[in-house]
Amino acid sequence: MQKTINPIEAMYETRPRRWWLYTLITLLVVILLGWSANAIKFKGLAAKGSEVAYGIVFGILHPDTTLLFDLSKNGVPYMLFETIAIAVLGTLFGGLLAVPFSFMASENIMPKWVAFIFRAFILLIRTIPSLVWALVWIRVTGPGAFCGVVTQSICSIGMISKMYINAIEDLDTRILESLDASGCTTFQKIRYGILPQLYANFVSTLIYRFDINIKDATTLGIVGAGGIGAALIQCINSRRWSMVGAFLFGMIVLMLIIELFSTKVRKKLARG
Amino acid sequence: MARAKAYRKVKPPLFDRIFPPRAMKVGDHEVQKPRSRVWLILLVLVAAVWGSLVVTEFDLGIIIKRGHQFTVILAKVFNPDWSYLSKVIGPLLDTIKMSVMGSVLGSTLALPFAVVASANINKNGAVVALLRVLLNIVRTLPTLVIASICALIFNLGTFAGTVAITIFTFGIVSKMLYESIETIDMGAFEAMEALGASKFQAFWSAVFPQILPTYLSHCLYSFEINIRAASILGYVGAGGLGILINERVGWRDYEGLGTVLIALFVVVLIIENTSQYLRRKLS
Repeated sequence: MQKTINPIEAMYETRPRRWWLYTLITLLVVILLGWSANAIKFKGLAAKGSEVAYGIVFGILHPDTTLLFDLSKNGVPYMLFETIAIAVLGTLFGGLLAVPFSFMASENIMPKWVAFIFRAFILLIRTIPSLVWALVWIRVTGPGAFCGVVTQSICSIGMISKMYINAIEDLDTRILESLDASGCTTFQKIRYGILPQLYANFVSTLIYRFDINIKDATTLGIVGAGGIGAALIQCINSRRWSMVGAFLFGMIVLMLIIELFSTKVRKKLARG
Repeated sequence: MARAKAYRKVKPPLFDRIFPPRAMKVGDHEVQKPRSRVWLILLVLVAAVWGSLVVTEFDLGIIIKRGHQFTVILAKVFNPDWSYLSKVIGPLLDTIKMSVMGSVLGSTLALPFAVVASANINKNGAVVALLRVLLNIVRTLPTLVIASICALIFNLGTFAGTVAITIFTFGIVSKMLYESIETIDMGAFEAMEALGASKFQAFWSAVFPQILPTYLSHCLYSFEINIRAASILGYVGAGGLGILINERVGWRDYEGLGTVLIALFVVVLIIENTSQYLRRKLS
């Protein structure tokens, strides 16, 4: 009996067969996993591990309300405010410092080799973890919120420039030519030809980075760079769980609000 | 007429009620030009910046006066101590292993949660909302805080770090995944359900192939981030390069710190480029 072949079956017969590729990938992942597994040894719970786990849950369910609503400098609201302040300034200065960097690193404006050097530099800034930047800057500024601001101003350059560069390389330069043809000065060309194209993208990047910086600022405190982190880690190490609960509660609420706000504004910016 | 009335009922934003739009004549038509909001935004921004400057005790003088200290440290960092490299390799491999394990575990765990949290597959709105709030809360917890708690629960070492990375990956991958599940074409899923396939069968053969490339791309992306996140976890005792970073800075051995950072830089560079190449292939 002759096999009936309709077009669908014919297509199905000629489907790409990549089983060897899939097996190879699976094998690779399994080998990687096996290799990683030998470093990660489960040494059992710590001496008081279960107590800690219970304490965390208890603390989050019973946050220290006096600390949560304490308006003095040791209370949660002030520390959150300090955290926000660090992120605001860090993002703003980072955003300003990133502008020259990203113009220098854009291939459509600068010669290729200049762009490459600046790109490598930006990558270097981005790879070094913010905690390390903070540790180095503390030697200059001393501990405190100011150190956090300086750290974030430098750290933010990395990611912000990366996003700026994408925007700059997408610039429509034909507009500049037509502005040129209609006799505009250089200043006017920048004001009416370049700024309107970049503005929404840049602001959106800044707000996104602000979101990240708030999160980052909460951990910078661990090395002494201001914000809520220092007090939080102290409470974790001395196992005062209801205080940990209060700090975590404040942080979670703050970050949920900021994220809600940032997604809303960025959606609006994307739609124009 | 009716439409005009309905239009008038829409309340203008608060700003336009306080500062009503100016009427302008364009030809024969009258156009309402809303007042510019720029000055309001500027006012809020200036107030925020001023408040932040006060709270953080911002002082540019310190930087100008003591800035040379930073260049001294930087010069030492860029003059790395290569004899220290042999001691860096072990913790560096630990960091990579922690992030490989954490990324795989976290993204595997994220898959079922993301499916249940996507509104187009799970029609139960309450469950979706509840799960999303939970995922959001998981995502707001900083990795270092999770790691320091894990280090107290599971002894110091790489296991605590792996758990922290797993939780962190779970948070970001599940969010990115349910967002991409919601943008897929549901036609095939509905057709399979109409043909009598169970929800799981329909998902497996209609939705899964659509999301698989995006899912893998999200996993790779999280792996890229995790390498950098894992490198500092040792600071709170969760294994990896962080221990060395903490130690070197404590001893003010910036040449050693430079070795650690350059090793990290090379690894991140390799992993990022490989992963970006793979992600470009996937999309």
